[in-house]
Amino acid sequence: MGGLKVLLVDDEEEFAATLEERLRLRGIEAEYVSDGGRAIERVREKNFDVIVIDVMMPGIGGIEVLKNVKAIEPRARVILLTGRGEAGDSEEGLRLGAFDYLIKPINIDRLIEIMMKAAGRAE
Amino acid sequence: MAERFLNNILRKLIYGARGAEPHDRFGKARYKRIWISSVLVTATVSIVPLIVMMSFNYFQYRKALKEESIQPIRNLVSTSRRSLEYSLEERKNALVYITKANPVEELADRDKLKIIKKNLDESFAHFVDLGLVDSSGNLVSYVANSELETKLRGVNYSKELWFNEVLEKGVFISDVFMGYRGKPHFVIAVRTGDSRSNIFILRSAIDMQLLTDQIPVFGRDESSDAFIVNREGKVQTRSQSEARASCDGSFGCHISTARRAREKAIEIPASRASNYPEDIKVIEVDEKTGAHYAIGYANINNTPFIYGMSHRMPDLMRTWLSLRKSLVGFLIGSILVILALTMTVSSVLVSRIRDADVKHDQAIHQSEYSAKMASIGRLASGVAHEINNPLAIINEKAGLLHDLVSASEEFPNREKSLKIAESIIASVERGSVITHRLLGFARHFEVKNETIVLAALVNEVLGFLEKEAAYRNIEVIQRVRENMPVIQSDRGQLQQVFLNIINNAFAAVGNKGKVEIDIERKEAEKVSVTISDDGDGIDEKDLDRIFEPFFSTKEHGTGLGLSITYGIVKKLKGEIAVESKKGRGSIFTVTLPLKTE
Repeated sequence: MGGLKVLLVDDEEEFAATLEERLRLRGIEAEYVSDGGRAIERVREKNFDVIVIDVMMPGIGGIEVLKNVKAIEPRARVILLTGRGEAGDSEEGLRLGAFDYLIKPINIDRLIEIMMKAAGRAE
Repeated sequence: MAERFLNNILRKLIYGARGAEPHDRFGKARYKRIWISSVLVTATVSIVPLIVMMSFNYFQYRKALKEESIQPIRNLVSTSRRSLEYSLEERKNALVYITKANPVEELADRDKLKIIKKNLDESFAHFVDLGLVDSSGNLVSYVANSELETKLRGVNYSKELWFNEVLEKGVFISDVFMGYRGKPHFVIAVRTGDSRSNIFILRSAIDMQLLTDQIPVFGRDESSDAFIVNREGKVQTRSQSEARASCDGSFGCHISTARRAREKAIEIPASRASNYPEDIKVIEVDEKTGAHYAIGYANINNTPFIYGMSHRMPDLMRTWLSLRKSLVGFLIGSILVILALTMTVSSVLVSRIRDADVKHDQAIHQSEYSAKMASIGRLASGVAHEINNPLAIINEKAGLLHDLVSASEEFPNREKSLKIAESIIASVERGSVITHRLLGFARHFEVKNETIVLAALVNEVLGFLEKEAAYRNIEVIQRVRENMPVIQSDRGQLQQVFLNIINNAFAAVGNKGKVEIDIERKEAEKVSVTISDDGDGIDEKDLDRIFEPFFSTKEHGTGLGLSITYGIVKKLKGEIAVESKKGRGSIFTVTLPLKTE
């Protein structure tokens, strides 16, 4: 996987932490934050290949984070996670520049596949 | 029997050829009532004034025509009466003149009287004789033909009624009597002299010809007659009909063809005649034979005579009768037309009302349904979303477990643990399929344009019903033609369509049935999905109506499923058709265009 740098943004800590660990086990340099504000800060600090954002978050929602991230780094590759499928947010996200979205619960292999694709473009 | 017939007609009028069926929720009693009220009110409002007007016209016309038909009689009677009066007056005045122009002594002299008579005859016709009578009633001098002269010599009139009357009144005109040569005559007598002692009476017999000559001749016209009667109603003239060969018992004949005609009383009620009318009266008389006559009569003033004219009414009223027929015919015709129009218009109106009611109800139900669906959708969406989060956690945790155990070769019960983790993940997968389906159900209702692989979509729908199929041992066979194109349509709405049809198929087959689904390409630009089952089938008489809203053969069915399905298919620019045989099963075919534009 060549040290893909991934940031996970999800308020559901159990989910994010576990996913992070699983990604690491697969050789992906993953880290997670559990709120939108922190995510934006982190993006400023570090250059990530892929940012995975859960759209349904309290406080600064996933879409807001997406906008901000795109503002900071227009070429940033964002993948949205949603519990709700096509309803509203995902479509909007795509329009705002997200690369793709997945509906929870996700299949990790599928996630990695998409992340690779997303990162592949960046090269 | 008649009731049934009437009901049938009403049904056809209001509902069209098919009529309202027993389970038509739009109770036909209500519409029948509306229809009947509408027809009654409109027809009454139209017909009553019409009848009133026509009646008014009828009576007006009748009156006018009657007047018109009577007027001629009136005029004729008037004219004739006047001319008769004039003739008589003339003759009377001639006699008065004679008494004034000649001294009594000369009148008493027969020879002188003869000269006077001769002169009189040169100016006036019909004076038969001339005689002078003294105050005692003796005939002093007399001029006539020789036969009469001998006859009347020495006669005394003192006992006669006329004698006394002329002494008193100065003038006397007598009734008609049989005179010289058996011909009818009457007498005019005038009193002369200046004092009581010197009174004489100049008397002359007048030939009735004077009068009869003046009566209008109607020629061959058997329906009319003219005559003169005295105050007792005795005919004084020989009527026209006497001259006619035939006599059919009509009014004219009544006046008799016999020589003694003038003595026969006629049908003018004697009382009326003796009322001695001042003016011209017209009365109507019905004969026993059924003939209807109008008789105009007027008295000839200063004489005992009454002039009368009769005319058989049907001739006069011929115009009226035909007019009356036309009026009545027109009235009846109009009423029929009004009724026909009213009924037609009412039927159309009631049909429209019913259609409007149906549409209204449909719209309400549709919106209720939509609202219900929308809220179910929102609920489902919310639930799914909530569940997805814990599912995601379980998924990742189990996944991690699997990863860790997998990596660790020495892990006790490694195989089993791996299997457990896999099983947990599989269950999560199942859960997620369900939640994803639920999310898919929350749809917008506008037509979306998505690329759809029909086979996949049908599979998805079958997925919803998988458990039920298994539970009821329903065999589902899906056949997809090769090289099926993708289509552009609305995924969610198509799902609804197939869900509804396949659900119905399941309902129809009972346990251990078979449902077959064929997906094929039809023509260049169309595809079709055919769903056939070997279930109960649909009755032929219901086949036309299964797509109608609120039509249901199930006891508790809303009757909405297929109508909504139909609506969606139509909205997607497709077609839906059904074939079915009761007891053999049904085949629903949905045809869709490749593109919805």
